[in-house]
Amino acid sequence: MAKARGSRVQRPTPAREHEVLASVPRDQWLAVYTQMLTIRVFEEHVHDLWRRGKMPGLAHLYIGQEAVAVGVCQALRPDDYITSTHRGHGHCLAKGAAADRMFAELLGKAAGYCRGKGGSMHIADPETGNLGANAIVAGSAGIATGAALSAKMRGSAQVAACFFGEGALGQGVLYEAMNMAALWKLPVIYVCENNLYNEYTHYAETTAGEMAARSAAFAISTTEVDGQDVRAVYAAAHAAVQRARQGGGPTFLLCHTYRFHGHHVGDVDRSYYRSKEEEQQWRSGRDPLRILADWLRAQGTAQPDDFERIERSVRALVEAAVQFALSAPYPEASEVHQDVYA
Amino acid sequence: MSMPETAATPPATGAVREITFGQAIREALAEEMRRDPRVFIIGEDVAEAGTPFKVLSGLVEEFGRERVIDSPISEAGITGLATGAAMTGMRPVVDIMFGDFLTLAMDQIANQAAKVHYMSGGKLKVPLVVRTTLGATRRSAAQHSQSLHAWVSHVPGLKVALPSTPYDAKGLLKSAIRDDSPVVFFEDKMMYTMRGGVPAEEYTIPLGVAEVKRPGGDITIVATSSMVHVALAAAEALAAEGISAEVVDPRTTMPLDTETIIESARKTGRAMVVDEGYERYGVTAEIAAVIAEGAFQYLDAPVRRLGAMHVPIPFSPVLEDLTVPTPETVAATARALCGRA
Ligand SMILES: Cc1ncc(C[n+]2csc(CCOP(=O)(O)OP(=O)(O)O)c2C)c(N)n1
Repeated sequence: MAKARGSRVQRPTPAREHEVLASVPRDQWLAVYTQMLTIRVFEEHVHDLWRRGKMPGLAHLYIGQEAVAVGVCQALRPDDYITSTHRGHGHCLAKGAAADRMFAELLGKAAGYCRGKGGSMHIADPETGNLGANAIVAGSAGIATGAALSAKMRGSAQVAACFFGEGALGQGVLYEAMNMAALWKLPVIYVCENNLYNEYTHYAETTAGEMAARSAAFAISTTEVDGQDVRAVYAAAHAAVQRARQGGGPTFLLCHTYRFHGHHVGDVDRSYYRSKEEEQQWRSGRDPLRILADWLRAQGTAQPDDFERIERSVRALVEAAVQFALSAPYPEASEVHQDVYA
Repeated sequence: MSMPETAATPPATGAVREITFGQAIREALAEEMRRDPRVFIIGEDVAEAGTPFKVLSGLVEEFGRERVIDSPISEAGITGLATGAAMTGMRPVVDIMFGDFLTLAMDQIANQAAKVHYMSGGKLKVPLVVRTTLGATRRSAAQHSQSLHAWVSHVPGLKVALPSTPYDAKGLLKSAIRDDSPVVFFEDKMMYTMRGGVPAEEYTIPLGVAEVKRPGGDITIVATSSMVHVALAAAEALAAEGISAEVVDPRTTMPLDTETIIESARKTGRAMVVDEGYERYGVTAEIAAVIAEGAFQYLDAPVRRLGAMHVPIPFSPVLEDLTVPTPETVAATARALCGRA
């Protein structure tokens, strides 16, 4: 795992982190666990729908990275903004999207969040502050930063969280946006999910120097966290959100994580770019769900039957959502012309 | 997609193999890289991955990572670097995974690569190829489905090729790599697995020469890239109704073989243009104008055009399929032009 160098790159101070985490009611971590499991089960069903030929196109599964989306979104208000990526289902769910309308979108149905026009890579839900997933790598760097500019101009105290993979560090627009965010102290949090791979290429082959040094160069407050530990992500995001709301400007939150599946559902033979052993190590040793479950158990917050109960209800909810989407109607042909212009 | 027999028949001499469109592209690149050490490939996931479409598989094994360069996700950067390398003695082939991402590289393509030769009074050259994709109906939604060849055809200084068969793909790509001007080369991603005859021996196809893919006497259908096959299917259906359609494939939009197109329209007296780019302000409009200017007195009906619907390409299959021309819509338009609707 890459370690950040340089004095401006911070880890949350243990005392501060402890204070934030201690203020979270124990039960809330059960809710967090439920959300993470919902994303996991949602994605399992996406995979299944694709394999059964029920879902058109492809999808990029978020399994393995759940703690990042949930940890960050836990720290946000409902009216705060997020922008998401091609690997976006987790962000959308964590910000409050409903599984049934998401599945409907994935199947191209009229009941979907975008009336079937967006699909897997473009779910937008303004009601939960989701300004949209984006199929252009770094495509939302400007949008999120612009939402932060707007929040500042309107005096709304909203913040914007901009999710992107480490592959986006290759795109110039990200640096243009970060520079302005720092100059104008915009309330935006750049959440870089370093899952080690840009598609089929390890980041070490595409990314010179230290990732965290990029934001540090703009004097953007920079924090590196274990993206598999939702409590650590939450603590860091909470600090970033507070700073942003108080006018302290942007934060770069570098989350180290891993996608357990292929780049997309069709990426089955992965041996030429990463080993089975590596995948196994992360799956068995660094599963964000297990890390939280272990902690909950150790704290005595949850008993084995709590987990079973949660799992049953999550599975029931997601399965019902799939059924809803499968039986939902497609859009009318006339809709193809709607909404080109506002 | 199966290869209609009338499309792009290779010369009769020598052995001809059936290979895919993707293989034809790979062969062209491999042959040119063997022939000329200045040719190199740069792009995202082009080396071991061989691109998401697996079109370049095997090239890194033969030519190494010095000449098949995996880049960061930096379309503007790689196109700029390639432009500079081209100006100073190399012959880069840039891989832009989806045609939609041309927008990210557009300053480098349109303001830099396209203009260097002219602005320098002919002193500097940019022998650059930008390979990219076009085509919808892959259920990839609005940012991965566009056909943006009109954008680059609009810019003086750029050549633009959009082959419709494995034979054309190989011959045109070899010419593009040897050309001293920047060439943007569009491959329909839905066509990579289409098979067709390609001679074993070496050949090139000059840029700017159209091919009549199917001869006919009643109506001219000018079609590009994927739409050639749509037009051929329509021509087949029309033949059964006694309408003889001639299908002309320009193969490059810049230079454009206006002569072949006009000659066909003069002969048949009716013409339509089919292209997968957005219909408004697009390639269809340009070619329709060429026909109107060159064959007006010979025409029995106004020139018609069919392109992609003027909407961002929707994800839902039921909507997406409405946005591009189909054999049915092409045949219906042709029938109407022939007074047989
Ligand atoms: C501008 C642009 N270039 C290329 C692509 C093709 N592409 C899709 S995802 C991806 C890799 C993204 O890697 P990363 O940002 O690390 O996100 P991850 O997939 O790991 O979540 C690429 C190259 C794209 N969508 N947009």
